Formats: sequence, C-alpha cells, structure tokens
Amino acid sequence: MEQPLTKNIRPNREPLTIEEYEKVGGYQGLRAALKMSPKEVQDAVVKSNLRGRGGAGFPTGTKWSVLPLDDTRRPRYFVVNADEMEPGTMKDRWLLEGAPHQLIEGTIISAYAIQADVAYIFLRDEYQLSAQRLREAIAAAYDRGYLGKGILKSSYNLQLYLHRSAGRYICGEETALLDALQGKRALPRNKPPFPQTVGLFGKETVVNNVETVSNIPHIIVNGAEWFTGLSKSKDGGTKLYGASGKVKRPGLWELPMGTTIREILEDHAGGMREGLTFRGLLPGGASTDFLTAEHLDAKMDFDSLMPLGSRMGTGTMIILDDQTCPVSMLISLEQFFARESCGWCTPCREGLPWVLRTLLAIENGEGVMDDLGVLASHVKGLALGNTFCALAPGAIEPLGSGLKYFRADFERHITEKRCPWKAVSS
Amino acid sequence: MLTANATHIMLTNEEKQEIEAEAACLEQRTAVAPEALKIVQRHRGWVSDEALHDLAAYLEMTPDELDGIATFYNLIFRRPVGRHVIFICDSVSCWIMGYNPLREHLSQRLGIQLGGTTADNRFTLLPIACLGACDQAPAMMVDRDLHVDLTPEKVDDILTRYQ
Repeated sequence: MEQPLTKNIRPNREPLTIEEYEKVGGYQGLRAALKMSPKEVQDAVVKSNLRGRGGAGFPTGTKWSVLPLDDTRRPRYFVVNADEMEPGTMKDRWLLEGAPHQLIEGTIISAYAIQADVAYIFLRDEYQLSAQRLREAIAAAYDRGYLGKGILKSSYNLQLYLHRSAGRYICGEETALLDALQGKRALPRNKPPFPQTVGLFGKETVVNNVETVSNIPHIIVNGAEWFTGLSKSKDGGTKLYGASGKVKRPGLWELPMGTTIREILEDHAGGMREGLTFRGLLPGGASTDFLTAEHLDAKMDFDSLMPLGSRMGTGTMIILDDQTCPVSMLISLEQFFARESCGWCTPCREGLPWVLRTLLAIENGEGVMDDLGVLASHVKGLALGNTFCALAPGAIEPLGSGLKYFRADFERHITEKRCPWKAVSS
Repeated sequence: MLTANATHIMLTNEEKQEIEAEAACLEQRTAVAPEALKIVQRHRGWVSDEALHDLAAYLEMTPDELDGIATFYNLIFRRPVGRHVIFICDSVSCWIMGYNPLREHLSQRLGIQLGGTTADNRFTLLPIACLGACDQAPAMMVDRDLHVDLTPEKVDDILTRYQ
C-alpha cells in the first residue's frame, strides 16, 4: 500500500532537511512542473480527480481552471489554508510538522499552475511547532532557488510568506480567511464573486487546504493515472483518516481513499476500549452528521456518505461510546459553534445560543417535549441557504442526525428530568 | 468604550520595525493590523487602551476600527493576563476524553474560573478551540507549548514548570 503523503514522515515527526528531502525525490515535482505549461499542470490535476481535503471536496483542478491564464491583473494570489480548527481534526498538523517541504513544493507548483505571484500559508497561531518548521523550510527553499525570482532558472517568480493568524474558527472559511489576511474582522463574504475572480485584496485568488496541496508534487511526478489508482473509489489518491474518542488506539493513518469506516475503526483504531460499546460517530469533524453501526461498511469518500445523510468532511472521525451522553456531546459541539459564530448573520448569531440553551435545559432535567420541536425547527432554520456561510449549517448537522438517532435518549432526559448518564456515574 | 484622551505610550522602535517587516509582506498597509496587535502584545503582555490608541495612530486607523479587529480575535488580549496563559481545549474529542474533570481540577487548584487570572498573576485560564491533538486528548497549551494525554496528576507536574 502506497503512502505518498506520509512515507517520509518520521514517527517523531522531525522533518527532513532540504537535502534529505531532495534525496528522496523532493522538488522533482517542481522541476517537472516548470517544464510543463501551467495549463498542462492544471490538466494533470483535473485528471487525477483530486478533491479538496479541507472538507468540502470541491475538485481542485476545476477550482484552478476558473482563473483565466492570460489575465494581467496583478498580483495574483495562492493561499494555503492551514487554519485547521475543525473539532476532531488533527490531520494537517501531521503534514505541517512532519513534511513542511512537501507542502512548500506543492504550494510552488500550485501557484505556478494558476500563475500566482505571491503565496501565503495561512497558519493558525496555536500551531507553534508547525510555524517554526515552516519558517526554516521556507528559508531553505529560498536559498536553494525554489522560491523568489527566476525559480530554477525559469522565468517564473514567486514570493511565499508564512502568515500566522490571531485565532477564531471562522478564519478557516475561505472568504473569511481572505478578510483575516486583509487585516479585517474575519467575516465570510458573499459568493459570487468567488475568490478566483475577486479574492485577496480584490485580486484573483485560489485557496487550497494543506492536505490537498501536499498531494500536488506526487501527482506531477507520478501522473494522474497513478494517483487515481491509489484510491478504492472515484476520488483520486489516499486520504489521511483519523479516529478520536474512546477507541483503543486513537490516531491518524494514510489509507486509500474509499477505505471503509469499519476498517478504520476496527483494524486501525483497534475498536472500542474494553467495556465500551460503539454508538455512533461523526465521520469528519464536528460539522458532519452522525452515522451509526448500520453505516460502518460505507466507504469514507466524498460521494459514498451523502446518500447516508452525512459527509466525509475532514475524514477524521469522532467516536461516541455508550458511556457518554449524546445530549452532553451535542452541548459540547453547539457550545463551540455558538462561541465561534462570527455574529454577522442573525440565524447563526441568535439561533446557535438558543439551541445551546435548549440542550442545556434538557441535560439539566428542565426540558419539556416541545423543546425537541424547538431543536428540530433550528435544524431547518439554520440549514444551508438560510445563513451567510456554512458555519451554522455545519453546526446543525450533528444536531439533526443526533435528534434522529438518539431521540430515545433525549426523551429519557425529559421524562426522567435528569441526565441518565450522570446518575450512572455519580 | 475607549477613553478618548488616553496617555500616549509611544511604540518602541523595535515594535515599529517588527510591524514594518510584516507590513512589507502585504499589499495594503492596514492589513498588518492583527499582526501589529500581536507584536504589541508580545512586548507588553496585552493590548491596553493606550497601546491601542498609539498603534491606531501609527497605522492611520481610528481607534474604534482597530478595536473592532482586536476584539474579534481570541488570541489578542484586551485585558491583562497572567505571566502564563493556559489554553484548555474544550472541543468535542477532548470533552469526551475528560475535559470537564481537567477543567474542574485546574479551577480548583488555581482558584479561578475560565477567563480568570490567579491572585499572584501567575496564570490566566482560557478555553481554546480544538488544538489538533484529538488522538492525544485531553490537551492544553501553556503559552507556546502543547501538552497532551493529560491527567490531573500530569497537569500538576506541568504547572510547576511555569513560574
């Protein structure tokens, strides 16, 4: 089984120096790309069926191809979204800390493909070790002529800057990220226009996730066909999957795209801890719908989970066990989303705290049956289309599916006027 | 509300140099605002009204405009914090793995709630969004250091390293 993204990451994540990276084939993708036309690089990525690994799964090559290659509005920007903050998600940190040169090489190739003049890696400030390693790697790449003017004696120029953010989950939303980079309050923008037409400082911009960009050198070196061959599904490549919660071996694994939930949960995460029973999972971060035992044979890819009412999201699963109260888990989730709402649009700003207060009342034994209707009305009212961005729609994904799969638990809280789990543990 | 006639504490040359280095990476000068606030905070511990006024003047923004930015980002402090800041992850994976007992232990030991600062000004306790250490939950960050697989005993030991 090939693991292109992580094969050169040491167990302690100490990254390769630039010399070590070159010895294992590093920057060969960039050398090859510079001999191709930008359009040829784009075409290779389109053919690879690489889909965005930030959670939405938009085809990367298509995202790039929207930009006209002959436009003269300058500068043009390429931005790496390294603002990983989706609860339950720790995959980009693995690549940032363990393989900074792979990300930098992918960034230069991607920037070349859209003919960007300036690139930023937008990093959350809490990722201190990532920042230190990226800073060193960027400096080494400049020294070697991979960045700056006339890259590898070609006519292509690129400046790459590491930008460290100042906090807030909403900055991971790509248009809010652009406003954060512009030094404003990070409020999502209306779309259209998309960043490819009006992006950073009003210029044409592409924003891609860390894992997405890290795949690019491998696609260029090995070809689109090799990349689609890595996968067990229609989407190309491998995927960084993860599992957290009370499983025997929480962790991260690079596996073929389309590996089943069961294989990740049982073979890699080792199943549930002794004495605990599996109840459900959020397949890819806090803003994905619950799945339960009946869904374990589903493939983890962008299309397979949709008919089951969920999404792969970031591919890092959060596991709910039978000793953990699902209502309390939803309180943790909705408290996060209520706090992280940017406050711009009313349904999100007002709706999420209402959801939270209702859940707290139920958890504390003060709920009434009508509260379930209040929650259900928010699942509808905060759905995609009713809000400015995807934060609130993401927030109500676990709520809607939680109400569906754990309804009996909600009702027990209300009829017994207490949390059954608290009674067990105290 | 910002005090209109705050005492001027001039930005130091060092702060100005750091701000200019960051501004040089950006197409518009005012885009440096969040980074400039972080630079001031790094030197002074937090961003006081006085520092905010001074920085706003330096960046040719209004103080209210800059304060709107400062108050949006949770890693910019508009109130004094202790010598060390404990950021405890309260996101879902850490919550499942024991965030609540950990927070209660910290609160009891330090005698403060979330948002509070100890009387000796040693620690401020704040919640933080998912630290990306979900496979090693529960996790917290003290100043710039990530600490994982926490237990109350382990936390006690970690705290002794921050005086």
